[in-house]
Amino acid sequence: MSKRKTKESSGANGECISQVQKILRERFCHDCSTGKLFGIEHQYRHLLELLKRTTVHGESNSALIIGPRGSGKTALLNHVLKELTEMKQVRENLLEVHLNGLLQTNDKVALKEITRQLHLENVVGDKVFGSFAENLAFLLEALRKGDRTSSCPVLFILDEFDLFVHHKNQTLLYNLFDISQSAQTPVTVIGLTCRQDILELLEKRVKSRFSHRQIYLTNSFDFKQYIRIFKEQLSLPAGFPDDSFAQKWNKNVQHLSEDKTVQDMLQNLFHHTKDLRSLHLLLMLAVSNVNVHHPLITASDVQEASKQSRMDSKANIVHGLSVLEICLIIAMKHLNDVYEGEPFNFQMVYNEFQKFIQRKAHCMYNFEKPVVMKAFEHLLQLELVRPIERPSVRAQREYLLMKLLLDNNQIMDALQAYPNCPTDVKQWAASSLSWL
Amino acid sequence: MNTRQQSKVIYSWYGKPLSSDRKLRTSQYKGFLITSERSRTETCIQLGNFILVEGENADQPFVAQLLDLYEDGGQQKHAVVQWFSHITEIPPNKRKLLKREVSPQEVFFDQVPGYDTDIAVETIIKSVMVIPLHLGEELPITSNKEQSFYVKQSWDGKCFKALSPDTFSKLKEANKKGGGISNTSNSFIPLDIISPLKKERESVVRSATKPKNVEMEIESKHSASKSSLAKERHSQRVANGMRTPTARKKLQLNSPTRSSKGKLLGCEVLELLDDDCDAITTLKPSATKRKVKFTGILGSPPKMPCANVKSKSMFDTAEYWQTFSDTIRLSPYSKVKDSSEKAKNLNREYDITCSIGHQELGSQSPVLTPRSRRICAQKTSTLIAEQISILNTLELNQEDDFPSSSDSSYSSSSEEEDNGVLCTPEKKTKSSRMLSTPKSSRKSSVHTPAKTLKKTPLPGTPKTPRNATPEIPRRNHEAQKPASILEEARLRLHVSAIPECLPCREEEFQDIYNFVESKLIDGTGGCMYISGVPGTGKTATVHEVIHCLQQAAENDDLPSFQFVEINGMKLTDPHQAYVQILELLTGQKVTATHAAVLLAKLFNTPGPKRKTTVLVVDELDLLWTRKQNVMYNLFDWPTQKHSKLIILAIANTMDLPERIMMNRVASRLGLTRMSFQPYTYKQLQQIISSRLNSMKAFEEDAIQLVSRKVAALSGDARRCLDICRRATEICEFASQKGSPEIVRMAHVTEAIDEMFSSPYINAIRNASLHEQIFLKAILAEFRRAGVEEATVQQVSLWFRVPFF
Repeated sequence: MSKRKTKESSGANGECISQVQKILRERFCHDCSTGKLFGIEHQYRHLLELLKRTTVHGESNSALIIGPRGSGKTALLNHVLKELTEMKQVRENLLEVHLNGLLQTNDKVALKEITRQLHLENVVGDKVFGSFAENLAFLLEALRKGDRTSSCPVLFILDEFDLFVHHKNQTLLYNLFDISQSAQTPVTVIGLTCRQDILELLEKRVKSRFSHRQIYLTNSFDFKQYIRIFKEQLSLPAGFPDDSFAQKWNKNVQHLSEDKTVQDMLQNLFHHTKDLRSLHLLLMLAVSNVNVHHPLITASDVQEASKQSRMDSKANIVHGLSVLEICLIIAMKHLNDVYEGEPFNFQMVYNEFQKFIQRKAHCMYNFEKPVVMKAFEHLLQLELVRPIERPSVRAQREYLLMKLLLDNNQIMDALQAYPNCPTDVKQWAASSLSWL
Repeated sequence: MNTRQQSKVIYSWYGKPLSSDRKLRTSQYKGFLITSERSRTETCIQLGNFILVEGENADQPFVAQLLDLYEDGGQQKHAVVQWFSHITEIPPNKRKLLKREVSPQEVFFDQVPGYDTDIAVETIIKSVMVIPLHLGEELPITSNKEQSFYVKQSWDGKCFKALSPDTFSKLKEANKKGGGISNTSNSFIPLDIISPLKKERESVVRSATKPKNVEMEIESKHSASKSSLAKERHSQRVANGMRTPTARKKLQLNSPTRSSKGKLLGCEVLELLDDDCDAITTLKPSATKRKVKFTGILGSPPKMPCANVKSKSMFDTAEYWQTFSDTIRLSPYSKVKDSSEKAKNLNREYDITCSIGHQELGSQSPVLTPRSRRICAQKTSTLIAEQISILNTLELNQEDDFPSSSDSSYSSSSEEEDNGVLCTPEKKTKSSRMLSTPKSSRKSSVHTPAKTLKKTPLPGTPKTPRNATPEIPRRNHEAQKPASILEEARLRLHVSAIPECLPCREEEFQDIYNFVESKLIDGTGGCMYISGVPGTGKTATVHEVIHCLQQAAENDDLPSFQFVEINGMKLTDPHQAYVQILELLTGQKVTATHAAVLLAKLFNTPGPKRKTTVLVVDELDLLWTRKQNVMYNLFDWPTQKHSKLIILAIANTMDLPERIMMNRVASRLGLTRMSFQPYTYKQLQQIISSRLNSMKAFEEDAIQLVSRKVAALSGDARRCLDICRRATEICEFASQKGSPEIVRMAHVTEAIDEMFSSPYINAIRNASLHEQIFLKAILAEFRRAGVEEATVQQVSLWFRVPFF
C-alpha cells in the first residue's frame, strides 16, 4: 500500500521533473526569444524606436549593435523584432532580410540571398539567375525605384558584421549604406558584431555613409545583479502545472542563491567571465543531475558542475599517462627550464631520461630506446608535444624539433593527482638537480 | 551584332571622280556601290538618294538625303547628308508642339544646327524613299511601308514649320530621280541584271532540293537582322520588296539576352509538342500549322502569354506560308500580298481581341499588359504544361472559337488561310519535311518572336524577364506624416532629403557648370577631375549641375545632351563600367569586351547626329586595373575628335592621378582639377539652418556646437546631419512626458558623446576581473620586456606575482 503510494508520488514527480528539464533547457539553449533581457532596457528602447520609425515613417537608418560574445546582441534584436511583429501596422509593412557573415562569405552569395529573400522578379523557384554584375545592377535598380512614402521598408540584418567588412571593396556595405542615405526605398541596416574596433575596419567612404549609431552592449551588471540573474534563470515560471512543486523548487533556488559555497562559486565564475552563456552552461550541467530521486538542485550539484566546466582537459590527459610517459614529460620540462623554452628533440629527451635512470636505476626499469620512442610518439599523438616543423623525409624522427604544450604548473598539478606515482619521479619533477 | 562582323560589305566608288580639289586633296564622286560579299549583290546609291544611316542603336537607323560624296587625302570615304528626324529623335517635351499624331513613317526635314552632316560612307545601310507631302495630306497607303518615309514639316530644334516650297520641290525632284535610280539600280551593272535572274532560278532549284537552305533564307528574312542585310536585300528583290527594314530590329533581342533556362525550357516543350503534334499530323492537316506556331512561341523566351498563342499563330503561320510561297515560287499573286498586308495592319487589333476572347475561354490566361507578361514569363513552365493538357480541347473548339472571338478580322485571315491552302502541294511536302527535322523548325521558331514583338505596341526595348525592372512591393499602410516639429525636423535633416539648393558650394557649382556648359556649346569633349574627402558634397553638386543643365537644355538655352552616371562602387568589376555605360546610352546589354568595342566605335567614329554625352564617373579609384585600360579608354574617348564626351570624374584623393595612374592615363585626364575642401563650421551651420528652413527645432548654440565639433573632426556633412538627427531623437525621448521642446545643448552633447566617444574605456570598465587582470599583466610584461610582443605563457606568469 505504502509502496504504491510512493510510486504514485514519484510518478507525479517524474512528470514534474521532465517538465522542469524541458523548460530550463529551452531557456538555456535558445537564449534569444524566450529568455529575459537584463540591464539593457535603454538599448532596447533605442532600437525599438529606430525600427518603428523605419516602418511607420519610412525613414532610412543604419545602426550597429556592438558587444562581446554572449552579451545578448541577437537576443536584443529578436526581442525588438518580436515586439514589432506584434504591432499590426508594422507587421504588414516590413520586409526582413537576414544575412550572416559566416554564411554569405562573399558579396555574390549575399546578393543572391538578398534577391531570394526579397522575392524579386528574377527568382524562379528559389534560384536566382544572372551573373554577379547583373544581380547587383538588378538589386540596385529595384531599390532605386522605390521612394520613402510608397515603398515597403526593408530591414537588413547583418549578423557577424565584421566578416562583411572583408568582402572585396566592401561593395555590399557601400551600397546598403548608400541606399540608406539617399532618397530610395527606405532601408534600415542593422549590423551585429563583437568587434569594438569595427568602425576602423570600414573604408572611409563606407564609414561616411554609415550613420554612426552604435548600440553598445556591455555586461555592465555587478555581482548582486549576477546573483539575481542566476535566481531568475533557475526559477520556474508562474504557469507551471504543479504548483506545489514549483513553490518548492523556487524556494530551493532562493536557498541556493544564499548558500555560501554557491555564492563563492558564482563569484569565481563572475570574475572569470561575465558572459551569461557560461552561466547557462553551468546551470545546464547542474539541471542535468536532477532526477526523480534527486528532485532538487543542491549546492554540491552546482559545485560539481562548476568543477566539470572548469576542468583542464590537458591535465586530465596527463592523468592517464604511463609512468614512462610521465617521465618523458618531466624530462622535457627540465629541458625547457634549462634552455629557456628552446625547442628540443627526442634524442635530448632520451639523454635526460637516461641520466635520471642511471641515478635511480633501482626504481625504474631501464626501457630500451625503441620503447621510449614509442612512448614519445604517443605523446605526440595526444598533442602534448608538437613538432615545430613538418616532418620531412630527410630529417630523422629522433632529431625533429619539438615543443611541449604543457605548462610547468599543469605538470606539477597533474603529478600531485597522479595515483601511485613513484616518489623518485616526484622528487625528480620537483627539482632537476635532485639527482646530483 | 556578331553576324554583322562576319558578313563583309564593301563600299566602293561608282564611276570616276567628278572633280577633285588639289589643295584639300579631296575628290568628289556621284555615287557609290555597296557590295555584299556573302550574297554577291551590289547596290548603287547616287547623290540625291535618300538613305538609311546606322544609328547608335541598331533599332533606329537615321534617315538622310545624300548631298555630296568625297574621298579625303586619307582615302576615307565621306558623305555629306541632309538629315531627317524621326519623331523619336525629337525631345519628348517638344513633341507636344506638333499637336497631332505622327505615324512611324513620318519624318521631319531636319534643320537643327550642330548636327554633324559629314558622315563616313560605311555607315550607310541602304536607300529608301522619302516622299514630301503637304501638311493636310493623309499618308498614302502603299504596300512597302517601311521602305518609304513621308515628310510634311521641318524641325529646327525649337519649332515645327511647314516645308518651304523650294525644299518641297527639291525633295520631290530628288525623289523622282532617286526613286527611278533605285528601281533601276541594277541596270548600271550588266552583271547584276543577269545575276538576280540566275539567282532566282537558283533559289527555286535550291528550294526544291535543299529545304534547309531555303529555310535559312526565310529565317534571315524573319529575323531580318542587320547582318544578313545584303541577303535580305537580295531576297527582297526576289520577292518584289516585300520585307521591311524595321523588321530587322530585334535580332539582338533573341540572341544575347535570352536566359538559358528559357531556351532549355523551350526546347523541352518543343520536343514534347513535337511528339504530340506528330501524332496529330496524321489525323488532321491543320495540325501541322499549329505545330509551326506553337514552336514559334514556345521556343521563344517566355515573352508572350501563352494564352494568345492560338490567335497570333494564325497570322504567323499565314505570313510564314506567305513568305514561303514568295521565295520559292516567286508567285505574282498580288491578292495574296494585299491580304497579308491587311492582315498585318489588323494584327494588333486582332491580338487584343483574341486575347480577350481567349480569356473567356481559358480562365487562367492573363491580360496582355507588360506587367502580366512578366508574371506570365515566370509561370511559363506551369502554363505550358497546362497548355499541353488543354491542347485537345482547344483543337476541338478551334473552329467555333475563331469566328466568335474576332469576326471582324477573321475574313481576311480566312482568306489568307485559303490562299495558304491553295498553295501548291510542293509546299506541303516541304512543311512535312520540316516537321520531320525538329532542328530546323526550332531554328525558325527562334526568330518568330521578333515579328510578333514588333507588333506589340510596347515602346523602347522589349522586356525579357531578365531585364525586367523589378520593384520592392508597395507598403500596405500609408507612411505616417510627421506629427511634431521634431519629427518634421528629423525628416528634413535626413541625408536623403533633397534640399532646395546646395549652400556653401556656389563657387564649385559655378566652376563645374561653366566647364560643362562651354564644352556643350562648343560641341567638344573634355575631362574634369573632382576630389574631396567623403561627405563634402561632390556628388550632390555634380548632380545639381546636371539638373540645372538639363533644365537649360529643356528651355533651349543649351544644346540637349545625354547624361550617364556610373559608380565604381556599384560595379562588381571595373570592366563592367563599359557594360553599364553602353546600356545607359543605347539600352543594349552585351558582355564587357564587346561593350568596350562598341563604345570605342561609338566615340571614335564621326557619329552622325550624336548628342553630347555627359558622363559622371563616381568613385573613380575603383576603376583601377593593373593595365589601367578602363581608365585609359575613359579618358581617351573625350580626346577623340568626334566623341563629344564630357567626363566628370569624382574620387576622394587629390593626388589620385599622380599616385595610381600611369603617365599616359594621367596625361589624358588633363589638368582640369577641382578639389572640394572640407566644410568649415560656418558652412556646416549654414547647411543645417538652410535644411531646417527657419523651423524652430534647434537652439542656435546647439547648431553651432555640432558644426564646430564636426568641422574639427572631419568636416563631413553627413556626420553633422546624423548627429542632429540623433539629437532630435534624444530630445524627443527626454521630453516624452512633458511638453514638446526644442533641441538644446545637452541633447546635442549627448548625441556627440554617443557617436564619437571611444568604446574601449567603457568596454574595459565592464570587463570581468580576470580580463582586467590579464590586460594589466600584458602591460606589465611589455614594460618588463621593453618589446610590445609577448606570449601568453609569459603574460600568465604575472598572475603569480601578488599585486604586480
